[in-house]
Amino acid sequence: MIPGTLIIEITYIIAVVLFILSLKWLSSPATARRGVWAGEVGMVLAIAGTLLYRGIVDYKWIAIALVLGAIIGVPLGNVQMTAVPQRTALSHAFGALCVTLVGTAEFYLRAPNVQPFMMSVLSLEVILGGLTITGSLMAAGKLQEVLPQRPITYKGQNFVNLGMLLVAIGIAVRLVLHPADMHLYPFMVGIALLFGVMMIVPIGGADMPTVISLLNSYAGLSAAAMGFVLNSKLLIVAGSLDGASGFILSVNMSKAMNRSFSNVLFGAFGQVQTAAPGAVETRNVRSATPEEAASILSAANKVVIVPGYGMAVAQAQHKVRELYDALTKRGVDVKFGIHPVAGRMPGHMNVLLAEADIPYDKLLDMDEINGDLPQTDVALVIGANDVTNPAARTDTSSPIFGMPILDVDKARTVMVIKRSMSPGFAGIDNPLYYLDNTLMLFGDAKAFVNSIVRELSGGSGGHG
Amino acid sequence: MVTTDLINSLYVFILAAFIGFEVIRRVSPLLHTPLMSLTNALDAIAVVGAIILAGEHKSNLAAVLGTIAIVAATSNIVGGFIITDRMLKMFKSSRTQKP
Repeated sequence: MIPGTLIIEITYIIAVVLFILSLKWLSSPATARRGVWAGEVGMVLAIAGTLLYRGIVDYKWIAIALVLGAIIGVPLGNVQMTAVPQRTALSHAFGALCVTLVGTAEFYLRAPNVQPFMMSVLSLEVILGGLTITGSLMAAGKLQEVLPQRPITYKGQNFVNLGMLLVAIGIAVRLVLHPADMHLYPFMVGIALLFGVMMIVPIGGADMPTVISLLNSYAGLSAAAMGFVLNSKLLIVAGSLDGASGFILSVNMSKAMNRSFSNVLFGAFGQVQTAAPGAVETRNVRSATPEEAASILSAANKVVIVPGYGMAVAQAQHKVRELYDALTKRGVDVKFGIHPVAGRMPGHMNVLLAEADIPYDKLLDMDEINGDLPQTDVALVIGANDVTNPAARTDTSSPIFGMPILDVDKARTVMVIKRSMSPGFAGIDNPLYYLDNTLMLFGDAKAFVNSIVRELSGGSGGHG
Repeated sequence: MVTTDLINSLYVFILAAFIGFEVIRRVSPLLHTPLMSLTNALDAIAVVGAIILAGEHKSNLAAVLGTIAIVAATSNIVGGFIITDRMLKMFKSSRTQKP
């Protein structure tokens, strides 16, 4: 139980207020950094308050652990911006590890005298925590590409996964009714850990934004459950804020992919619809060279750039910034249209473009930019595919039918930088590429943007 | 007594969840990545539970697990705040950015 001396409780109450303010200030980039500051102060206060607790008999290991954690945390806070998705997944694993270990220790301290309600929340805490540990490690591995990114599916996968979860819940129920069956506890945690692995096995890269949000939500909920176990209001608040945040992001992501929410909740959203290869159509594709692309862009009044994960893979964001500068200098109005699921985690593209020094007021989300696209001269798609696929609007047989997309096809000219005509992640053909107003720019995103920039700057004056 | 604790905790949970929804709904989609890293750092407040476990030393198992838990949570606190601030520092508006 978390102790109740007045000073400690006061530091906790201040911390709670600061945590809520911290998230509130995140509502706008102008106040956001103040939010980090508030969070830090709240955290330091709460930890300092806890250290005053009289029940603490030994500070040595606490000090060693705090220092060690800080030593591990510094490099994790200084990873490259492109590695932020895997870092985030890893931090969900660490958070869940902390919660699961504390839950396990509490179980063995109290067993076999555990109240039924206490055992229920404790089970919830360690099952959610356990599956978040391994699930997040798997996600981080896939994002870091130390594990194969391809979804691995087999027959009856959902059945097996759901079965495992049910067994874990079954053991939890048994422990609630008979807490003396302590030998069952490791099995419950073990199955949760295994379930976490199996849950992520069928997940492919494009589903990562949803998965990371979902794991975020699980991590928060398990921390809130830990708050119930320890009777700590501070933890309940922090856990529910984190859980709510993950939940909202999961809903956003699932809406942006047109997946039902129950589909997301059960984690069974890995089945990548490998669209029937269909007849190999020999439709006309128009392509253009960097010179042609540059002259079309410089003649435009309004340009919307649509970045996707391909831009991040090619590390093209800094070249995109040069393109933005070159066009802006010529008086072209350049904006960015960002789909909620572009990239590998919510907001991924915004961070990469902000890192490349593109002002955030030029980064518009899907709903804002879609109104602009019909009046746009050129929509330039860089490394995005499915989120621009007009089949999602019109073709009821398409696996992504109903998914909200960026209406780039409504722009006067569409230019798509792409390595080849091979279909995107989901294996779905994109009719956008065959439209009359579409020009394909074949090549590596970074190299191609670079050539366009060279054309624009080299030819300035002469090109007119 | 346990039931009143439970009821109190449930009140806190429900109110915090509502506050969470209302506050986080207003976070600009621009900042969804920093939002996730910040909530992750705040969530690592679980460290207070781990500190007490490690410090009380009620059993060797509890002390060992608590110590590892402190390491895991502290790395999230430190790493989470650092990276969130690094990301937020990069977001500049075109008005303030004139070279």
